[in-house]
Amino acid sequence: MPGIIGRKIGMTSIYSAEGKSLPCTVIEAGPCVVTQIKTQDRDGYEAVQLGFGEKKEKNTPNALKGHFKKANTSPKAKLVEFKGFDQANLGDTVLVDIFEEGEFVDVVGTTKGKGFQGVVRRHGFGGVGQATHGQHNRLRAPGSIGACSYPARVFKGMRMAGQMGNKRRLASNLQVLKVIAEKNLVIIKGSIPGANGSTVTINK
Amino acid sequence: MSIIREIQKELTVANQLPVFGAGDTVIVAYKIVEGSKERIQQFQGVVLQRRGNGATETFTVRKMSGNIGVERIFPVNSPFIDGITIVKRGAVRRARIFYFRERTGKSARIREKKKFTA
Repeated sequence: MPGIIGRKIGMTSIYSAEGKSLPCTVIEAGPCVVTQIKTQDRDGYEAVQLGFGEKKEKNTPNALKGHFKKANTSPKAKLVEFKGFDQANLGDTVLVDIFEEGEFVDVVGTTKGKGFQGVVRRHGFGGVGQATHGQHNRLRAPGSIGACSYPARVFKGMRMAGQMGNKRRLASNLQVLKVIAEKNLVIIKGSIPGANGSTVTINK
Repeated sequence: MSIIREIQKELTVANQLPVFGAGDTVIVAYKIVEGSKERIQQFQGVVLQRRGNGATETFTVRKMSGNIGVERIFPVNSPFIDGITIVKRGAVRRARIFYFRERTGKSARIREKKKFTA
C-alpha cells in the first residue's frame, strides 16, 4: 500500500460538523523523496524506498552518500520501503496529498518504552490482593507459572515480567480528519503509537 | 507545541463568551439536539475550575439539585454552547475551588466580588 513517512507532533481535539469534539493526532508527513525503486528483476520484489527528514552530510557514511546521489537528493534521516506505488521515479517527491479527508489509514510507530516492568503493570495481573495472612514480599508477584514434574517446563509465551513498550506497533483503520497540504500536516482521528516527535509511517 | 497551537487556532471557532473563572455563578445555555429538534437547556451553578487551552479548554460547573451535587464539564469552545450569563462574580483566592464540594449550608457561600475588572 502506498504510504508516507512522518513525525508525530502531538494530540489535540477538533470539532466535527455536527459539533462533536473529536480527539485527534497531528502528524507532520512528508515531503518524502523516492530514493530507490526495487524491482522484481533486480531485487525479487516490487517496492519504493522513501526518504524523510534532513541529515547532515558529515554524519552520512560514504555508501549512503552515493545512494542519495543516485536519487539526486540531500541525505535523508529516515528510509522506509513501501509497496503499491503505481508510478514512481527516482527523485520524485511524495506529498501528504496522497491522502484524502475521510479515508481510513494504518499508522505504524514505536511505542513509548516503559522499561523492565512486572506482571501487574505489563500484563494486568491482579497481584495478591492482601498484605496479611502470611504474605511477605509477594504483593505484586505473578504466582504459579505452571505444574510440576509434568510438563516439567514452562510453556512458551507464559506472561512474565520483562521489557514493556519500545516496540513497533500498528494502529489500523484510523480516519483521516484533515489534510493541510501547504503545511504538510495530516490530522488523524484517535491516538497513534509513540512519543511526540517520533517517526511514524502512514499507510493507505 | 506551536504547530498544535496553530492548528487549534485555525480549526476551532472560538465562542464569544464573557470573562469568567472559578467562584463565579453562571448560567450555561446548552443546545440539545433531540432527533431533528433542537432546544436549549440551562444549567446554573458555580464554576469550580477552568482547565486546558485552545480546543481542549473546559470548565466545570457545580450545582445542588435538591440534596445532590451535580457537576458538569463543558468545553469552552463547544458549538453547543449558546451563551453564558454571569449571575454573580465570586471572590475566591484559588483558581480551582475543589474545597467547595465539601461545603454545605452556610459555609457553602461565596462572597461577592465588589469591584470586577476583566
